[in-house]
Amino acid sequence: MNQSPSSQPGSDGAGFDLSQFHAIFFEEAGENLANMEGLLLDVDIDAPDDEQLNAIFRCAHSIKGGAATFGFADVVELTHVMEALLDRLRRHELVPTSAMVDTLLESGDALRALLGRHRDQGDEELDFGELVDRIRVLTEGAAATAGAQVAASAEPAPRAEAPAPAVAGAAPVSGKRRLAARIGPLARAAIADQLVELFHDIPGLGEIEPADAGELDDGGYRHFSIVTETPDEELLDLFAFHVDRSQVSLRLADEGPDGAHATGEGAEAHADGWGLFEGPAKQGAAGTRVEPAGAAPSGDTTADAASGASRPPAAPPGGAGSGRRADRATRDASTLRVSVEKVDQLINIVGELVITQAMLAQTGRDLDPIVHQQMMSCLVDLERNTRLLQESVMAIRMIPMALVFNRFPRMLRDLTAKLGKRVELQTVGEATELDKGMVEKITDPLTHLVRNAADHGIEMPEDRIAAGKNPVGRITLSAQHRGGSILIEVQDDGRGLGRERILAKARERGIPVSDSMSDGEVFALVFEPGFSTASEVTDVSGRGVGMDVVRRNIQSLGGSVEIDSAEGYGTRVSVRLPLTLAIMDGMSVGVSTETYIVPLGSVVESINLEPSMIRSVGGVNQILEVRDEFLPVVSLQDFFAVPRAEESARGNSTVIVVEAEGQRVALLVDELIGQHQVVVKNLEANYRKVPGISGATIMGDGRVALILDVAHLVRRARH
Amino acid sequence: MQIAEPERTLSGRSNGPVPREYLTFRLRAEEYGIDILKVQEIRGYENPTRIANAPSFIKGVINLRGVIVPIVDLRIKFGLGDAEYNEFTVVIILNVHDRVVGMVVDSVSDVLELAPSDVREAPDLSAVVDASYIIGLGTVAERMLILVDIERLVSAPDMAIVA
Repeated sequence: MNQSPSSQPGSDGAGFDLSQFHAIFFEEAGENLANMEGLLLDVDIDAPDDEQLNAIFRCAHSIKGGAATFGFADVVELTHVMEALLDRLRRHELVPTSAMVDTLLESGDALRALLGRHRDQGDEELDFGELVDRIRVLTEGAAATAGAQVAASAEPAPRAEAPAPAVAGAAPVSGKRRLAARIGPLARAAIADQLVELFHDIPGLGEIEPADAGELDDGGYRHFSIVTETPDEELLDLFAFHVDRSQVSLRLADEGPDGAHATGEGAEAHADGWGLFEGPAKQGAAGTRVEPAGAAPSGDTTADAASGASRPPAAPPGGAGSGRRADRATRDASTLRVSVEKVDQLINIVGELVITQAMLAQTGRDLDPIVHQQMMSCLVDLERNTRLLQESVMAIRMIPMALVFNRFPRMLRDLTAKLGKRVELQTVGEATELDKGMVEKITDPLTHLVRNAADHGIEMPEDRIAAGKNPVGRITLSAQHRGGSILIEVQDDGRGLGRERILAKARERGIPVSDSMSDGEVFALVFEPGFSTASEVTDVSGRGVGMDVVRRNIQSLGGSVEIDSAEGYGTRVSVRLPLTLAIMDGMSVGVSTETYIVPLGSVVESINLEPSMIRSVGGVNQILEVRDEFLPVVSLQDFFAVPRAEESARGNSTVIVVEAEGQRVALLVDELIGQHQVVVKNLEANYRKVPGISGATIMGDGRVALILDVAHLVRRARH
Repeated sequence: MQIAEPERTLSGRSNGPVPREYLTFRLRAEEYGIDILKVQEIRGYENPTRIANAPSFIKGVINLRGVIVPIVDLRIKFGLGDAEYNEFTVVIILNVHDRVVGMVVDSVSDVLELAPSDVREAPDLSAVVDASYIIGLGTVAERMLILVDIERLVSAPDMAIVA
């Protein structure tokens, strides 16, 4: 906006309190920053993709617009110089350099800090004057020779993107231009006169003259001639106070009728700016593009495609830089921004509904099906509908892994620069979805694994060349659904794990090992607390506090982690997680008068027991032979000290073989009751963590049943 | 009876301001009072689901409209003899420090408003209830109420509810 930011953030001259929109602005600015960072990291210095440059420009522009409205002058200043640099870049007046990308990334961080301070109303001093100067210096740098200097007459070209985010900001900030404005269709001619008032009220906006006699033409339109320096985008924003955006059409006056310019329809779905007047972004709408560099049509989505990883589709001709992303999740821009509490509330209520429906089903079982035929068929329908409702609601909380993977390119870039290594990151399966709650908890462990891969896995470039490898190492992050779980893998093509080194280190630490241990068991030693074979501790990793915490965090989510490696070739860490924490398939078992739930995912098989099948070892421990394997027997009655009134025929007569972390154990119970989907309730909300129990659920009769922590039982049994 | 330091009577031991309205209940022959604002509801007793290896005074957990709530039997905790569970047994559901906890008592009486002048400092006896949890002794008509800071009591480590 040309008006100076008001001194009092949150209100403007008209006494309109804008502070209620702050939250939306900060959220969207955050997304714009994340988007911008991703795009910057993706830029190929040698063959920059115009679409990407434009998108980066738009991100900065959006933030600037919003910041100006709310009076955040420091943000405006920084984004303004960024815009200037980006503008020159996308118009090929400058050749992109690595220094520019680094500086822009740094600016992104600075913006985050500034916005954070505004949001939290902190008072620490943040001065980025030096950064601003640096950007200015870069902006004044050598003009590009590559590509034709965009001549003045071809200037409309960047504005020629028909779809919504009309990059009208590309209009020369300096230099007047003459516009022909067509306003309508209007109900009354006088409505458009208010636009004339705008030009009177706002100094420096420009000059406007009616190009008609003050009356509507046959189509109900008014025509004006405007001479201004103000970018189209800002004019449109101002006009929107009086007329609908769809009613405004701006054309350069010295262009022909088919001059490439954002038409009315394009201007309407303005997704640029502050998101206050959000409309769906148009995808690849009509409109000519007089674009010298011939980039791909921008069927892109802007930052308002809320949660999804909105990247432009990987279609740019010769866009080598963008080929680095293996998958792209293109999101439809019609999304809804909903608070997490509302979704959680919905999930809770649906969970209750599932329980009530189960109770109804149980009660209905006692009824005579013939007499109550109508009721029974209703119950069947109810069960189906409840199940579908539950699946749909759980799906709401699922978000793509891309959100977890997004932070790694930047992290790796900074990390490898510090370590002097060269690493390429590849991501597969970014669109794989995971429950939002798990996403938050898996991020730290994954970060640690990636840092490890970069720090300990990938060798220095010279070592790699000496080993006959590509000097650029590769780290691959992948996510896929496997059975009822999600499998996330971090794989590197580095030096791999040395079996002997690990064994030696283990012996050094007093961990009992033997040479006959399988590779898998040796590699698993890495998870022991304090274990690190790093020859030196860097400030990145190597202190050995990481891997055991990683494993514990993953286990607390009900997941498991494994390492596989080949010395000299690389290492792969596989993390397996349940798809969601809230609902689980379980098998209910009876022990005396109590019922326990065994997670179905860990059940291998069940066996009817003859007493003679259980042998004892050392008089205390009991083992059972199952398919040529001897498994330790865990009696749930003993483990949970379940009181038993009297020995019954059914007592301790069934065995459930369960598996966790690659090891098996035989659970001794009275009987198998059934199999159901259970809603997992947190025991620790009001009570505390109980060893051997991972949660609780409510059965069909309204009573609470405890869910077994199989991993814990297995661990206890095998030590 | 003169109180040596009147200013120090009530808030000396407990954390927050002295509550005004108390829910009174009985444990054996003794009557206790707790801040009514900490009470969420009062229910009859239902058999909880036992939790292995928990202290004997933690009976287990119940399902309270979808929330898992631990149940504590104060009669067992304070060693007041045999605890009976019949149709008159009452469970007071408390909401303290964002936790929901139920406690079993013999019976619940009424809600009383007590002015600070009705509350006297409790003498320092090594009572069943650790004196640090007692706000004071309230007198109403002929009754003596042992006023307990229930929030502090429930959060105490030896209650084994808060991890």
